[in-house]
Amino acid sequence: MNNASKRMVFDATVWTASVLMTLVLVAHEAMAESKTFAATNPKWKAECGSCHIAYPPQLLPAPAWRRIMSGLDKHFGADASLDAGTAAEIGVFLEQNAASGKRARTGGDTLRITETAWFRREHDEVPAATWKHTGVKTAANCTACHTAAERGDFSERNIRIPR
Amino acid sequence: MRKFGLVIGLLMAVSQGLSASYASAATPVEIQKGFEAAARDGTPGFAGFSAQRGEQFFKARHGNDWSCDTCHTANPLARGKHATTGKEIAPLAPLANPQRFTDAAKVDKWFKRNCNDVLNRPCTAREKGDVLEYLISLKQ
Repeated sequence: MNNASKRMVFDATVWTASVLMTLVLVAHEAMAESKTFAATNPKWKAECGSCHIAYPPQLLPAPAWRRIMSGLDKHFGADASLDAGTAAEIGVFLEQNAASGKRARTGGDTLRITETAWFRREHDEVPAATWKHTGVKTAANCTACHTAAERGDFSERNIRIPR
Repeated sequence: MRKFGLVIGLLMAVSQGLSASYASAATPVEIQKGFEAAARDGTPGFAGFSAQRGEQFFKARHGNDWSCDTCHTANPLARGKHATTGKEIAPLAPLANPQRFTDAAKVDKWFKRNCNDVLNRPCTAREKGDVLEYLISLKQ
């Protein structure tokens, strides 16, 4: 083999390897970013689920949960204060199951799940009229479209968009 | 080892069930009684709780955007809706929802939060007793 063809073989090998690596990484990312969340805790379910659904811990990174739990008396315009023991238990549960991977990297500094980069991208196909639908009203109302959100299931097959 | 875990789990479930049933042992009238001594102390000439005062308090704004009936509706026998999130709230009147005002810790938790949201301060014992008098008085 002359130098030119050696070079071609080398290039093709590198190219193939990098494509394969990319595929593996993408697949890994897709698998890592599951849309069903099984982790549960009775206190989290009861306390965080009384005014809205108990948002899965995997939707925000640990530092965001820590800030939310330290400001419950002023929780998005309402007092959601808890006794110290309950708050501590829920805090541990949230941080232990907090976002990792893409959702942690693109979570940013916001405390609102609906303002994270990944949330916006996941919902960029939802038309403005849907957000204003009487059955939706607020982007925080997951169950309006994610019919199994109460069970931590946000998978595509359980989406029903109100019309 | 697995069996051991199962036994511990069962024991915990049973003890939690027991403590939950103890916590729910109170009646709305007993919960209201708990506010009486403090109301008497805090109100010169206190002559008992008043459903009429309770209703006025429940339906009035107290300086903030929200009143009690913003979320609990003007008819506490009906289901309410959270003003921000839209999540359904079970009826507040004991007649429509027998679980209401049966757990003192839960009552304290919600009065603390909601009074802060509606009044920017804790409710007085008389205000709480009056609201309970009103809610207990509601008949279908």
